[in-house]
Amino acid sequence: MIKINKRIVSEHGISEDEFKLIKEILQREPNLLELGIFSVMWSEHCSYKSTKKWLKTLPTSGEKVICGPGENAGIIDIGDNEAIVFKMESHNHPSFIEPYQGAATGVGGIMRDVFTMGARPIANLNSLRFGSPKHPKTKQLLSGVVKGIGDYGNCVGIPTVGGECNFHESYNNNILVNAMCIGLVKKNKIFYSIAKGSGNPIIYVGAKTGRDGIHGATMASAEFDDHSQDSRPQVQVGDPFMEKLLLESCQELMKEDAIIAIQDMGAAGLTSSSFEMASKGSCGVKLFLDKVPCREDKMTPYEMMLSETQERMLMVIKPSKIKSTLRVFKKWGLEAAEIGVITKTGNMEIFFNNSLVGNLPIKPLADSSPEYDRPSEKPFIKFKKENHKNFSIKSALIKIISSPNHSSKKWIYHQYDRSVMCDTYFSSEQSDSAVIRVHNSTKAIAVTCDCNPIYCNSDPKLGAEIGVAESWRNLIASGAEPIAITDNLNFGNPEKKEIMYQIKEAIKGIKTACEALNYPVVSGNVSLYNETKNKSIFPTPVIGGVGVIKNISQSKGLRMNDGDKIFIVGNSHGHLELSEFNRICNKNYGSPPPLDLKEEIKNGTFVRNFMKKHNSIVTGCHDISEGGIIVALAELAIRNEKGLNIKIPLNVKNSKNWLFGEDQSRYLLIVNNEDIIKKVAKKENIKLQEIATVGGDKFCIIKKFEISVKKLIKYNNIWFENFIEK
Amino acid sequence: MPKKVVSIVVFPGSNCDRDLDIAVQKYMNVNTELVWHDDPNIKNQEMIFIPGGFSFGDYLRSGALATKSPAMKEVIRLSKKGVPIIGICNGFQILTECKLLDGALIDNYKRIFICKENFVKIENKNTPFTKNMHKNIVQFPIAHAQGRFYTSEDNLKRLEDNNQIVFKYSSRDGKINKSENPNGSMNNIAGIINKNKNILGLMPHPERAVNFSEDNDGISFFRGLQNLL
Repeated sequence: MIKINKRIVSEHGISEDEFKLIKEILQREPNLLELGIFSVMWSEHCSYKSTKKWLKTLPTSGEKVICGPGENAGIIDIGDNEAIVFKMESHNHPSFIEPYQGAATGVGGIMRDVFTMGARPIANLNSLRFGSPKHPKTKQLLSGVVKGIGDYGNCVGIPTVGGECNFHESYNNNILVNAMCIGLVKKNKIFYSIAKGSGNPIIYVGAKTGRDGIHGATMASAEFDDHSQDSRPQVQVGDPFMEKLLLESCQELMKEDAIIAIQDMGAAGLTSSSFEMASKGSCGVKLFLDKVPCREDKMTPYEMMLSETQERMLMVIKPSKIKSTLRVFKKWGLEAAEIGVITKTGNMEIFFNNSLVGNLPIKPLADSSPEYDRPSEKPFIKFKKENHKNFSIKSALIKIISSPNHSSKKWIYHQYDRSVMCDTYFSSEQSDSAVIRVHNSTKAIAVTCDCNPIYCNSDPKLGAEIGVAESWRNLIASGAEPIAITDNLNFGNPEKKEIMYQIKEAIKGIKTACEALNYPVVSGNVSLYNETKNKSIFPTPVIGGVGVIKNISQSKGLRMNDGDKIFIVGNSHGHLELSEFNRICNKNYGSPPPLDLKEEIKNGTFVRNFMKKHNSIVTGCHDISEGGIIVALAELAIRNEKGLNIKIPLNVKNSKNWLFGEDQSRYLLIVNNEDIIKKVAKKENIKLQEIATVGGDKFCIIKKFEISVKKLIKYNNIWFENFIEK
Repeated sequence: MPKKVVSIVVFPGSNCDRDLDIAVQKYMNVNTELVWHDDPNIKNQEMIFIPGGFSFGDYLRSGALATKSPAMKEVIRLSKKGVPIIGICNGFQILTECKLLDGALIDNYKRIFICKENFVKIENKNTPFTKNMHKNIVQFPIAHAQGRFYTSEDNLKRLEDNNQIVFKYSSRDGKINKSENPNGSMNNIAGIINKNKNILGLMPHPERAVNFSEDNDGISFFRGLQNLL
């Protein structure tokens, strides 16, 4: 037996204090297996030890919330005995080391979280952040990640309907791959992970356990250094075919009254799934590791408990249903085995070759993991002094729409099957949020992922508030009633005061906005230590918003017809600090635009009600975000391949500020009847400005410049084509 | 009169079976029976569909492993008796792998998966599968990584001479050229039939073009198939 010494403890990422606590809990020294289990359960990734204190402050309940954080995914009620299950999760660290497998298994993991709860996944989204396009690794990472996401979702047959992809040098050595999945479930057919019933068998099903991914959760809880590539063996390998079989077999089994509790084996594999299930049900567990189906010879208990082999599930089954359960898995060609039993002891007893090789108390291990109130301090942000550039309106517009972040992402989304399952009404290039029909109904779900790390870096609280508000706005613009969010909080090393400050502030921002908008957080994920050699990523709290559309015909997307008029809803002040415009001018300093959540609600409510009541008048709707009014208009022209005649209102003094300003809480409404909208806006005291008429084949700002829409499209397509083909 | 029943063969990894099932029932006015791959009997022989997806994970080669399924062996036997058989996407790949249709579907030209709306010209309206479609150019989504039709020059000539080429990728107005070819298929080929005209394979997905609007072209495709029953 290996003697536990200081070196082994520290290699497991366990601090001296934590090791003391372990000894207190056990009243003895742990053995290596037990130490390994503690290390993954208490890793940042599994225990949220640095953020728990702050996450608890978020609003998580609401009239429509069926299940908040703590389960595999969050659940909201959408009426008619139906519910939506959703969550976002990161696979940042593995994707940087092995982009294809890292991203693929990220998608696989989040889908399992959703279908574990009884839901059938109906859409996937993703939020991607890469380093500067000039960085030598960026292209290979982009290609690998996109292919990994596509291949996995395409094979399982779940449409990948939207997301975002941005480039910034702060992600040069730490890319972000956040995957979101939404699923549909009958309200009375939801499955949870609460183990119950002493004597009930524990069934293992899915891929055979191998040595892949051992200590993946621990890897995701540390910074990268020069030797990060040595972690490649910790990256798991995905098998979407196996996932499809698991999905279908679970769906089939869930129709029978067989499953008591079910949990997927995600991060920290067999360890975390068995501990979490037992802990939630306040029971004990006996595991017989000899029975675990293994892919490789001579695997040790340590390896079996810590393996992160993908596409595996653990379930507690009614004893009378074992035979029928095994029959279902056999039909789907899946390996299933009874590997343990539920007990009353409150302990996890691990047996191997007939001897007890580990014995741990479950409650203290799962629940009493450390919770830190780490010190924080506002960072001083130093801006690089750069020579400012100047652009005309036209050249600035071209520069922005042909920049990596704003150019058409066709190359990416064409690799995603968006049409399988036949319910995709709009994928995210056609509308501010993706819109998925609820099968066999006129209802639909709107989904969007949003974050502006540039804003968050300057002011994490306001930046996070804006992220929440923008997701809310994107749902409104698609005709939806926003219901709830999932969040994926990506930050650097929380042991550093300035990073901890970002984390706390961003959570405060999410709390403020979610409370004001009645938009609770029902699930989420935290990814810390996104840094390499002391350089952290920009704070990136990604918000995944979900809304419901009562009648799909209320969703208009980015459509516009010849003769339509376009109106701006909301106040334009011309805030240029941290805007796309200022950034192309090398002015990278300042604050994000202010956000007035009361105005947000007022404008959003107006737009939503107007679209509902005057459905036949509204042709389309688009929110105004990065790049301001002019970029939002250009996006409409490009999307519809139609011209616009844009007239800047006479009272506008500085047209550059006005056109490129990124003031919040604004929409473009495209209508075929100007009188009604003017009347309603006046009555409701909403700021409304006419800005453009649809028609012709030119994008024309009267008295300023014009450019053909064909050219705009070309500029919008050129960057990706060149970057990839080169 | 009870509705007729058509068969849809389902493999582990098929993922367009549900979509196809819905379209077939709704627009062909028939019932369906989903035949699991290991079933050596296909009871309902009016018409057989092989759906899209990733049968057996598309391991080895797209469609290759599915050809060994008992149900596929039965499909091959029934094909000789003239039963109408339609393979869509992975179904087309399976049919070429069983040699029920000529050629092969290889990696797309750019070697990446491609999913988009595409226009497809009906090259031959004189087939049982297409004669009732009223338009000449239809819009069907494509979604595949191996959809590039390839065969020998001799075979290609024979397919052309026998009018076996049914669908070609085209522009909105029916132009057939390289820029309208999404995957590098020979001569823009999107779908073919066998010489006996009872087996159709196509890469585009008509079953995904039946939703949200009554004008969608998949509807006329499935309605047109009713006459075959």
